[in-house]
Amino acid sequence: MLASQFELHRPESVEDAVALRMQLGDAAALYAGGTELLLAMKLGVLDYDHLIDLKRVAALGGIGERDGAVRIGATATHREIETDAAVNAALPALAALERHVANVRVRAAGTLAGNLAFAEPHADPPALLVALGARVELAGPGGTRELPVEDFIAGPYETELGEDELIAAITVPVLAPGVRAAYRKFQVLERPAVGVAAVGRVEGGAFADAPAVVVGAVDEQPVRVPAEELVGAACDDAGALERLAAAAREAVEPVDDLSGSAEYKRHLTGVLAKRVLTALTEEEGR
Amino acid sequence: MSHDTATTITGRINGREQTLRVDNATLLLDLLRDLGLTGAKPSCEMEVCGACTVQLDGLPVSACTTLAAELDGRSVETVEHLGATEEDLHPVQRAFLERSALQCGFCTPGMIMTAKALLEQQPDPTREDVAHWLEGSICRCTGYESIVDAVLDAAEAMANA
Repeated sequence: MLASQFELHRPESVEDAVALRMQLGDAAALYAGGTELLLAMKLGVLDYDHLIDLKRVAALGGIGERDGAVRIGATATHREIETDAAVNAALPALAALERHVANVRVRAAGTLAGNLAFAEPHADPPALLVALGARVELAGPGGTRELPVEDFIAGPYETELGEDELIAAITVPVLAPGVRAAYRKFQVLERPAVGVAAVGRVEGGAFADAPAVVVGAVDEQPVRVPAEELVGAACDDAGALERLAAAAREAVEPVDDLSGSAEYKRHLTGVLAKRVLTALTEEEGR
Repeated sequence: MSHDTATTITGRINGREQTLRVDNATLLLDLLRDLGLTGAKPSCEMEVCGACTVQLDGLPVSACTTLAAELDGRSVETVEHLGATEEDLHPVQRAFLERSALQCGFCTPGMIMTAKALLEQQPDPTREDVAHWLEGSICRCTGYESIVDAVLDAAEAMANA
């Protein structure tokens, strides 16, 4: 039994859901998988008089590819994403990441949009979504607007979602020919201690341009690692990879927590940065 | 503002359609256990241990962190829906027995429902697939090997049935 006494609203259109947002304000929370929200309510950290269940809004469901991007509806679960044919074909690194979010039960219920909306820093998807240039589509009373995931996440448990808005979808550009993406993480608990994503072009055994390298789960928000020095470097250039690892260690500001000491997580950041760049050059890093 | 804090739901519990009035704050685990279905266990109560696992529309979920109202229009299956006697055991149950894949048994209903869900989704899993699905189910007795063996045995038994 949850401590809160709340009304459960189950709108069937985006307009009705937005209208409820406007009417109920901060007395209401948006609800889909509940894997984060219900936990927080159970622990008494959050308390609402109303939950707005989005799962009956058909327009918020499903996954499809259009105009060079994969559009992931707000109520698509991690499992739907991990098993989706379009995601597996166009963005295998995202499918692989989703396959290892939390556990099979959380993946069956939890949604990617909910993961972003909750903005828990210890999460897998943000780093890769930022590296891929993914965008969040927000629906509000005036229609929709789009923000890069990077700008949507404003801080720990904070986003740019307006009080009268909801996430409609996440759109992820399909990789250009020759560009590959990969994500590598280390974790001892249910959430990653450190995760590093990379997206870049490898040609003739060398980095053709500066890959996007993004560290997640360490700082309050995903952190970009400058990687210009890698341009032209051979993929197996140990010196170049070590300099990138040093840049990654420099870029983060870890704190001691249950996942490890600050020093340990800084070390892991360097190790994973090298591994994820090596993965870009391997078959699976597509 | 006064508001209605209960919902009338119609859903299937172990194959039988039921219409119930549930308090919105009630969790699926509370609902099932209040109905006498005590196979799913409250344990970590934070989606980590797997002891409360039931199948909701076929997929495994943590009943401890699922609203009872989520059953509306859906179907939940608990370990009680499987075999209750030696003769009518589900292949997963039989394999657990034959492999001694349990000691205290506390995690077993969750393990069995997770394994059953896996075999319904992927009838021919690899050892790695089994381990991947059971990653979120904690057993403090067996050391897991016998559980993974049992799930692979069950897959074979179901394929040959």
